Parts: sequence; C-alpha cells; structure tokens
Amino acid sequence: MALEKITCVSGRAVHVPGNDIDTDRIIPARFMKCVTFDGLGEYLFYDVRRNADGSDKAHPLNEARFKGASILLSGVNFGCGSSREHAPQALQKFGIRAVIAEGFAEIFYGNCVTLGMPCVAASRGDIAAIAAAVDADPATVVSIDVANQRVSFAGRVAAVSVRESARDALINGRWDPIGELVDGAADAATVASGLRYMLA
Amino acid sequence: MAKTLFEKVWDAHTVRTLANGQTQLLVGTHLIHEVTSPQAFGMMRDLGLRVAMAHRTFATVDHIVPTDQVSEPYADPLADAMIKELRRSCAEFGITFFDRSTGKQGIVHIVGPEQGITQPGTTIACGDSHTSTHGAFGAIAFGIGTTQIRDVLATQTLALGKLRVRRIEVNGRLRPGVYAKDVILHIIFTLGVNGGTGYAYEYAGEVFDRFSMEERMTVCNMSIEGGARAGYVNPDETTFAYLKGRPYSPKGAAWDGAVAQWRAVASDPGCSYDDVVRIDAADIAPTVTWGINPGQGIPITASIPDPAKAKGDEKASIEEALAYMKLTPGAPIKGTKIDVAFLGSCTNGRLSDFQEVARFLKGRRVAPGVKAIAVPGSQGVGLLCAELGIDQVFRDAGFEWRNAGCSMCLAMNPDKLVGDQLCASSSNRNFKGRQGSPTGRTILMSPVMVAAAAVTGSVADARDVFGVSSN
Repeated sequence: MALEKITCVSGRAVHVPGNDIDTDRIIPARFMKCVTFDGLGEYLFYDVRRNADGSDKAHPLNEARFKGASILLSGVNFGCGSSREHAPQALQKFGIRAVIAEGFAEIFYGNCVTLGMPCVAASRGDIAAIAAAVDADPATVVSIDVANQRVSFAGRVAAVSVRESARDALINGRWDPIGELVDGAADAATVASGLRYMLA
Repeated sequence: MAKTLFEKVWDAHTVRTLANGQTQLLVGTHLIHEVTSPQAFGMMRDLGLRVAMAHRTFATVDHIVPTDQVSEPYADPLADAMIKELRRSCAEFGITFFDRSTGKQGIVHIVGPEQGITQPGTTIACGDSHTSTHGAFGAIAFGIGTTQIRDVLATQTLALGKLRVRRIEVNGRLRPGVYAKDVILHIIFTLGVNGGTGYAYEYAGEVFDRFSMEERMTVCNMSIEGGARAGYVNPDETTFAYLKGRPYSPKGAAWDGAVAQWRAVASDPGCSYDDVVRIDAADIAPTVTWGINPGQGIPITASIPDPAKAKGDEKASIEEALAYMKLTPGAPIKGTKIDVAFLGSCTNGRLSDFQEVARFLKGRRVAPGVKAIAVPGSQGVGLLCAELGIDQVFRDAGFEWRNAGCSMCLAMNPDKLVGDQLCASSSNRNFKGRQGSPTGRTILMSPVMVAAAAVTGSVADARDVFGVSSN
C-alpha cells in the first residue's frame, strides 16, 4: 500500500485562537451518530460556528476571506479530551491538511498522523506572526516543511517541531501503519503465545 | 535492574520496533463500543481483513443507548442503526458482545472490571479516552482512534511511542467528606490539563493503598483529563480480592499462578521515575469545577476566580470560561443554583458511588425544580443496587432511576441538558456543550456532592448538608 510522502504542506491558513480546544468542540458528540466519517466536515466546530437556528455565528471558519484555508492555527493543548477520530476526520473532510499549534493532546496527535495530517508545534510568537500575516492578507501562502521542521510565510521562516516518529512516518509515506503491523503478525502471535491471559 | 510496572508491561507486550522508531505493541485486551467502531469494521471490510484474535475483543453498547427505553427499535433511528450495526459486526467477525439481552451490558469501562476481563499486567485498548480507568488494576490501558481500532482488530497490535512515567504519591489521610473524585480533580488542577502529556501516571501512596478498586478506578478514569494517556495503580491484595471469582478471572490452580504473576508485575522498589509528585491528602478539599475544562476546579469553600486578578493566558481563559458558565467573578461557588443533577458515568457509576450517596439520601427529597437522574454504569451495578434497595432510596428521594449507559455524561442518547441549564454532575468533562446542549453548563463533583446539590437545589458543601464533620 503506497502512501503519499508528506514532506511539505502549503496553503492558506486560518487562525482559530484559544487554548485547550477539546474534541467535543471540534465535533460535538451528537454528530457521531453515524457509521461512516463521510459528511463530518459540515459539522466541524458546529456549536461555535452556528446558532441554534443554523445561522452563522462570528467565527474565523465562517469568514469568506478564509474560505479554502487548509492550515489551521491554534493554541496550547489542541485536541484535548475525547479520543474521537471524528475530530481529525472532520478537520480533514472540511479541507484542513495540517495544524500548527503550541501543543497537542496525545490521542488527537496520533489520530492525525495516522490520517497523514501533520500536527506541528510552534512558539506562541511565531503562531501570532503567522496569524497576523494571514489576517493582513488571507491569500498569504503558509508552507510547512515537515522534513526540515520549519514554516515559511510572507517572506519569513520560523522553526516548528514534529515528533521524530511522526516526521519519519509522514515524509517516508508510512503514516498509516497497517501494512507494517500486518507484516509483524507472526511475531505478534509468538509474543501472545507467551502470555497466559491471551490464550484462547 | 529495578523497573516500573509500565516498563515491565510494555516490554512483555513489545512485538518489534517499527521503521519510524515506534513500538509494535501487542494489545492483550480490546474493548469496543458502538460509537467509534463502526467505521473500523467498515475499513476491515474494505481492505478484506480478518480479525486476528477475535477472542481478545469484547464489545458492549453504552454511548447511544436510551436509559429510559429498553425495547428496540429505539426512538432515535440513528441510535437504533448503530446498535444493530455493532450486533451485525460482532456476529460477522466472531466477537463476544455484551448486548442488553445478556444482562452484562454497561459502560465499557465498568463492564471490563466487573467481568474480570481487566487484569493486572495486561495491555488494554479501547476507542475511548477513558480507557485509562482499567489502569486501576495495574494494566496499561489507553484510548485509541478508530483507525487504530482497525489496527487492533486486524493485528491485535498498535504502533505506539513509549510513554514516560510520573509517580503521583498521595500520602496521609483524606478528610471526612473528601472522595476519590476530589483527589483526581485536585491532581488535575495542580498539574494542569496538559501536565500529563507524554506521561503515564503511576498513582501511589497511603491514600491509594487504602482505596478500594472502585475508588482507584475513579482516579485512573480521569488521567486523560490531566493529559496523561494512561494512569495506573500497582496491583495488591485489594486488586486480587476484587478479581477473585469473576467470570473471566483465572480459576482453580491457574488463579494462584496468576496472582504470583500479578504480584511480580508491580513496580520494583528502587525503580526510577521520570518525575515524582507528592501531595498531602489533608490538602485536598471537596472540589468542584467552575469553568469549561476539568482543570478549572476549586475547593467548595472557595470563590469563583476573578479575571481581574489574573494575567495573560490565565485571565483570558477565566474570562472565556465565566462568560460561558454565566458565573460571577469573585462570588462563592457555593449557592450557585442548579437545574439538573446527574449521577453516573464511567467515573462515578459504580455500586459504591450509589451506596455512599444512598447513605445520605435516605429520608431526603430532591429540591423542587431540580431534575435528578441516577444512571447505574452497568446492568450489573443496577442489579446490585436493586438487591440492596438502593434504587428505591433514590426513587423515594425524587431521582429518576434509569437503565445502564453513558447517558448525560456526553448526551449522545436522549438524556440532555436543555438551553443553558446548569448540571451538578458526577461525570468527567465540563467542556462547552458536553452534556448535549450547545449552551449547557456542567459543574463536576463527587457523587455525594451531586446529592447535596440535588437536595438543596444549589452547589453545596455536602459536609454541611449531611452533617459530616470536616475535621
């Protein structure tokens, strides 16, 4: 199963400010009553984007000037809370290809990598600078160089960090581990046979 | 070399190192439920994969089940479709399903321990972040995403990076009226909601030594609310006594062998930790949240934070939280009017939670205008409560006594807040909109504090309401 080598993600960006943005906020639980992930993009950040009657609230993702943005900027501990993969799926289905934040919650981070969606950590100052550039000109192209851990925008370059295992998986096209895991099946069976509680 | 439990369990389940440096880790026990697994079964079908070790996956239904309706079809056609989908997938792939008809259904994190499936020294994964609950038994247990559920179904393994270990010791004695829930809320506000990122928490010390298994589960359950993907307690006599005689526990001669193994898996004396935190039990008060994440907590006797006295990030987060919660800066949290009282969830939906509340609830009434619901975490818990007459104590007090499920913890079933109702809740998350209304408000607390709020109609100090000496 050949996967795309994700070495660089470029596109316009949108800033969703705030710390500790949880996966319930990214995709409220009631939209998880589904047996496929199709269509989740429509409900991304639903309760902070829409009023009860379905009309729009003021939210960066509702602004016409940020339409088509593929890089999301945010704060500390992005994606905390529930393990729901519906959150990264909703982001991806909406058109987001990468997230730049000050930090990420563990389970969310892993779910994103498995979908080939880089999560890169940047300093608060650099995120503010990217956000300011995007605010001044929403057409600003933000380029995340995953391989070399840097982001360029509006003629500037800033350092970002990607966990080594994620960086390797993304740039070498092995972010979905299923092939490798299946290859290790015989070894897994051997380890299992030595664990009494796993015997049939 | 002396090792932690985490290292021993990790090493025993390591299959090999993957190309990106992660570990291919064997998952001993896989638990699934109806919300995060259907897409994984879909991927299995799309890829033509078979379940590698079907006997090590156990399913139940908890998130979407109505708690006031047992017969199918459910009023909500989407919920009905989800339970039928899980039933179909379990039949197709040969997976044990604790369906409602079995009498063993319940919240996945209550069912595992109750059935004796959750055992020391094992690895456990489930598509639910509160899987850390099972760490109470000295298992390494963590939440995973749906694609990872596919990985476990197909290979019984996961690609994971090793966690660091932080030992959190709570020594001394808890004051009367202070519960396991207060311990974990205190830990989370002390270390922060992301303080545990990259760590497994090892809970230890005199308080944990004395804790029952159910109390240990309450604490381990909320590890993820502190950012730690896993949390555990070293197994001891309390653990073994709990497990003895349960349906999936080892029997006969195998029991003694298992106990010897379980004993040996505990962290060795003198092992080294990446970090150690010590907390004095006497510093922990009955704790309630005032904000929109579980780290925004205060002692019941304290006042709601004032953003004017905070700076930078903290100021902004207090302002955002108080605007959502519609609370007054600087006012006492005590006396805040509530609309709903919810008792249940994988955090506090076990027998001892209802038993402890029933002690105080007897002869009292839920305050007029308060909707109070009690939801046992499993059919087994419901049955035990019925045998002990606990359900009747709740009904007599004016609680609605429901069937087992996750219910209003995340409100995927019909149990939801309406508008900006404020709920005193024994659950684990106070995120915006968590309890089913986009403007609904949640204050997290221990079950006994929920009961105190229910009978007084406002956030209250249970020690005053129920006459528990605080010395």
